[in-house]
Amino acid sequence: MALVTAEPPKVNLREPPSWRRAKNRMVTTLMVLSFVLMIIPLGLVLATVIAKGASVISWPFLTSQIPPSVLPANAGGIGPAVLGTIEITALAALLAVPLGILGAIYLNEYGGNRPLARLIGFMADVMTGVPSIVMGLFIFSIWVLHFGFSGLAGAFALGCLMLPIVIRSTDEMLKLVPNSLREGSYALGATKARVTVTVVLPAAFGGIVSGVLLAIARAAGETAPLLFTILTVTAANPNVFSGANTSLPSQIFVNASSPYVGAQARGWGAALTLIAIAFLLMIAARIVTARFARYAP
Amino acid sequence: MTSVTPSVLAERRPLGDRGFQILALAAGLVVLVILVLIAVSTTQQASSWFATEGTSVFSSSWNPAAHQYGALAFIYGTAITAVIAIVLAVPVSVGVALLLTQVVPYRWARPLVYVIDLLAVVPSVVWGLWGILVFAPWIQGVYSSVGSGLQGVPVLGSLFGPPTSGASFFTAGIILAFMITPIVTSLSREVTATVPAIDREGAYALGATRLEMIRGVVLPHSQGGIVGAVLLGLGRAMGETIAAALVIGSSATITSHLFAPGYNMPAVIANEFGEATGLFRSALMGLGVLLFIFTIIINVLARTIVARSARRGRGA
Repeated sequence: MALVTAEPPKVNLREPPSWRRAKNRMVTTLMVLSFVLMIIPLGLVLATVIAKGASVISWPFLTSQIPPSVLPANAGGIGPAVLGTIEITALAALLAVPLGILGAIYLNEYGGNRPLARLIGFMADVMTGVPSIVMGLFIFSIWVLHFGFSGLAGAFALGCLMLPIVIRSTDEMLKLVPNSLREGSYALGATKARVTVTVVLPAAFGGIVSGVLLAIARAAGETAPLLFTILTVTAANPNVFSGANTSLPSQIFVNASSPYVGAQARGWGAALTLIAIAFLLMIAARIVTARFARYAP
Repeated sequence: MTSVTPSVLAERRPLGDRGFQILALAAGLVVLVILVLIAVSTTQQASSWFATEGTSVFSSSWNPAAHQYGALAFIYGTAITAVIAIVLAVPVSVGVALLLTQVVPYRWARPLVYVIDLLAVVPSVVWGLWGILVFAPWIQGVYSSVGSGLQGVPVLGSLFGPPTSGASFFTAGIILAFMITPIVTSLSREVTATVPAIDREGAYALGATRLEMIRGVVLPHSQGGIVGAVLLGLGRAMGETIAAALVIGSSATITSHLFAPGYNMPAVIANEFGEATGLFRSALMGLGVLLFIFTIIINVLARTIVARSARRGRGA
């Protein structure tokens, strides 16, 4: 018996090329091109900062005193600025994070759809758009004019910037916690405060921490709010509560406007340090989200 | 999210429970208190400028040595740089948002989003450092060849003709554009991602190409959200300080030449406030108040538009 292997007739199911297809392809190419356009500056900045910063950076560079601008690149370092950034950002986080999480708890657990809660939520969104320089002017007028420059004043300004970001990111995370968890705990007779603290917050823990880390990363890179609150000195000031201080971003700002090659080189080194801190915080946020977030968006 | 009212059966709420509620409410109110305090305290510090200059706060003559503090040049510079930033950033941002939500499969879109997040984390001052030491010297050459080519051409000549300088309105606009693309992209992505799959598939079933689907389904659906995203980007571009302070050229002039050095409100505050006293300081504080008012208006507008389009997007 002979097998009949009849070949099916070949039909070309592809649509004939047309102007519509061509336009579609052109626009898709444009979209890919816009992505490329977007990452080119990122690549250029990172490449320059790494190329120019890596040759300067070393352990002594990160810890020794800030020399006068005229000295060459291999003299001194940015120790006081590293210390200042860590002190001031940590203090700002200490002020803004508890307040922000509590504010988000009000918005999500207590406020519900009340007009006041809606107003606060809306204004928190608006507050994220307040320029950072205005925060600096604000703290200058209510604090620095009366109590002088200090790391604390800088922390207030950074805290004002972080607060709405923490509120919004925490709020998003609390929204993701299923209501059945809350209802289950109420059924066991728990009070609302206890439900919030022992059930809702732990359930949203991963997401909250990740949002907080991103807010800290944003704040650590801010210069404008610090200009008129810590005053950018060169001497190290371990006392964050009084006396003028310095920080990595303010030091970069000073060095960027300096005509001296040595100062510019130290600026690149400080920029690499700052970017490394910000990226580490961001990666930490990703890891926390991946490991601990039970209810990811 | 509304939660269930607990324990109707309980006779009295324990003190700690009530205390916690009050604590949370107080924390929420801090946002409103800070916003009011910003408005009051900065306006108070600026009052002598507003009182001395009256309506001439909006005049174009800025000369601290002669005690002339008219803010028009800075308002003009803020508007120009922000508009340049928006014009450059919006097409790219919307393009990337559409690429990530409508073209690339979800699995590949995530790593691309991480890359954009990296862009958002680069601090303003690092953009400024790179802008003034690397980018401005390079683009100076581009400006001068474009400028000399267009010199004398009717409209283009007065926009792009000489004088040209590496640190200029246009350089500031470009750097600001780099800085606002991540936020405009992520907001546009949020709205374009919520287009109902059934609408998109319906368009494809009718034989639409992807472009036709985007024009017929995605864009009408997300118009409001994208407008809101653009406005938020505009607000960011207006208030962004340090990068602009380094690359804008620091010259209080009103000119149509985009390649010429200029100034904007946040930059002049950042550069001059440290040495300013008396009426000068008050004038800079006043610029801060104006900046605050402008950005608040834009943000309220943008958030309202975003909220409204989000409600419509959910089909309510």
